Amino acid sequence: MNDLNRLKNALKKSGSKPEKKTATPHSSSSGGRRTEMRVRPTGPILPPSNIQGNALMVVIAIMSFLACLTFGGVSMVRATASSWESQISREITIQIKPQDGLDMDAALKKARDLALTFVGTKQGTIMDDAATARLLEPWLGAGLDLKELPVPRLVIITIDEANPPDFAGMRDLLKAEVPQAFLDDHRTWVDRLVSMAHTTVLIGMSILILVFTAMILTVIFATRGALSGNRHIVEVLHFVGAESGFVASEFQKHFLKISLKGSAAGGALAALLFASASLWQSNSLATPQSDQATALFGTFTIDFFGYLGIVATMIVIALLTTLTARFTVMRTIDEIDLIRSDPGRSDGIPSS
Amino acid sequence: MLCKRIRRRQALPSARKDPSTLAVYERSSHRHPNTNALTLDVALIHFENVGLRYGMGPEILRDLTFDIPRRSFQFLTGPSGAGKTTLLRLLFMSLQPTRGLIRMFDRDLSQIPRAELPMLRRRVGIVFQDFRLLDHLTTYENVALPLRVRGKDEASYRTDVIELLKWVGLGERINVLPPVLSGGEKQRAAIARALMDRPEILLADEPTGNVDPPMARRLLNLFLELNRLGTAVVIATHDLGLMDQVDARRMILTEGRLDIYE
Repeated sequence: MNDLNRLKNALKKSGSKPEKKTATPHSSSSGGRRTEMRVRPTGPILPPSNIQGNALMVVIAIMSFLACLTFGGVSMVRATASSWESQISREITIQIKPQDGLDMDAALKKARDLALTFVGTKQGTIMDDAATARLLEPWLGAGLDLKELPVPRLVIITIDEANPPDFAGMRDLLKAEVPQAFLDDHRTWVDRLVSMAHTTVLIGMSILILVFTAMILTVIFATRGALSGNRHIVEVLHFVGAESGFVASEFQKHFLKISLKGSAAGGALAALLFASASLWQSNSLATPQSDQATALFGTFTIDFFGYLGIVATMIVIALLTTLTARFTVMRTIDEIDLIRSDPGRSDGIPSS
Repeated sequence: MLCKRIRRRQALPSARKDPSTLAVYERSSHRHPNTNALTLDVALIHFENVGLRYGMGPEILRDLTFDIPRRSFQFLTGPSGAGKTTLLRLLFMSLQPTRGLIRMFDRDLSQIPRAELPMLRRRVGIVFQDFRLLDHLTTYENVALPLRVRGKDEASYRTDVIELLKWVGLGERINVLPPVLSGGEKQRAAIARALMDRPEILLADEPTGNVDPPMARRLLNLFLELNRLGTAVVIATHDLGLMDQVDARRMILTEGRLDIYE
């Protein structure tokens, strides 16, 4: 109270001019009635949008789009490669070569029945004359009479991929019962396709790693660039007594928002692209364009895990930006403190 | 005697308009909770043989030995390049000396862990020469910043901030962004920010460097009132005219050496 009285007296003596009253509703006192001055809702400590922040958001959106696109592409290639592999390995073929005196139809039926006695086989189909003629049409032309030519005939056996039959036993039995039969389990093709599929996926994964590395570095440098424009804020907060953790958390929150917006935009755009391509493909089935695209790229559909990966990519980018912001701010504060502990480092400090 | 040297009509206008608003600063000038009653007579800041050099260069400051007593008022002056800003930085703990001892609030500065420095800085208010207001925050938000970074709820300090702003004559400028403020208004906003958390000592670097003489006298009046309420004040200035208005302690830096005239 003494302080207050002294100050009041001093001000009375000083005869200071009263502050102009205004007609705004902000006026705080009139006739002894005090009205709360209106203050705008407290804004964030960091400016919600500036050039650096917007540029960072665009960079994150682009990198996120590219990363999600690569991820979806690799996921698609993996699914297509796996589909090739399973389609080929789902069937085996018994080939019966013609021989003088061989009753081909009986041999075909016998081979099919023998094969179906094995556990792991599902269905046996004898390729009839018409189907065989169609198969040979590209080489021998139309109107082929199979009876005039010694053309091998085929039995296609569908197998359970999860529980395949004993191929060696089947081969031995067929050799014993139908010596003209030759079992082709497509192992050579399957091995080549598996190898090709694995290589394709490996290439895809390498591209994914490269894109992710580029994305990480771009996001880190863009975040640091955006932060450098806010160094004065770090300094002011530091000098008004903010603890490092507080400053870091403010910047973290700010950059988390930016990165979530950017990565959500990029990821959503990539997901939308895949969804649209898939929709287009399913709506244009059996058209030449769709068939060509399918032959080249497989189906554009990415499965649930593909979409999950896109979401994961977005989260990784958001975390990465947030962590980069935190570490950069902490380092900026460390640098300010380093200047404190080492007067030799006088970066930017006037020494007058 | 000091009051006589300040022209009455140049005192802060808002103060007379509503003397009750001063209650906030009366409240906010309470001794800092960390101040121990036993240390009241001990100097707030004590320098002993302090020297500072940048890198391998010559010593900017040499053999500084002085005290800043509680509730004292002093000018820090000297020619350009004498080391005033560097000395203010030492006082504000944003530099450490190359040699010598600095005790602040009865603690040896070299023994204080980095994590504790923010707590000590909260006991010191600083007004930068270039104000360092954040352009995207309003005057109110800038002034409230020291309390905000301490994690206080806005409702708990809103009235105090507004009253302090009125006291420094910015009652009608609370929702204005700094780029719109005049030099004098920015200076007063920076002073209000420095005072917001009841510092025990206020350091001001050329606080009248960007304002006209009448405003300079107003600001000086403000510093004197603060000092009367118990805050120690150190004003770094070149302005001889300003210093002549007050019969206060003068710390004169010349080529890194300090002479004190009580």
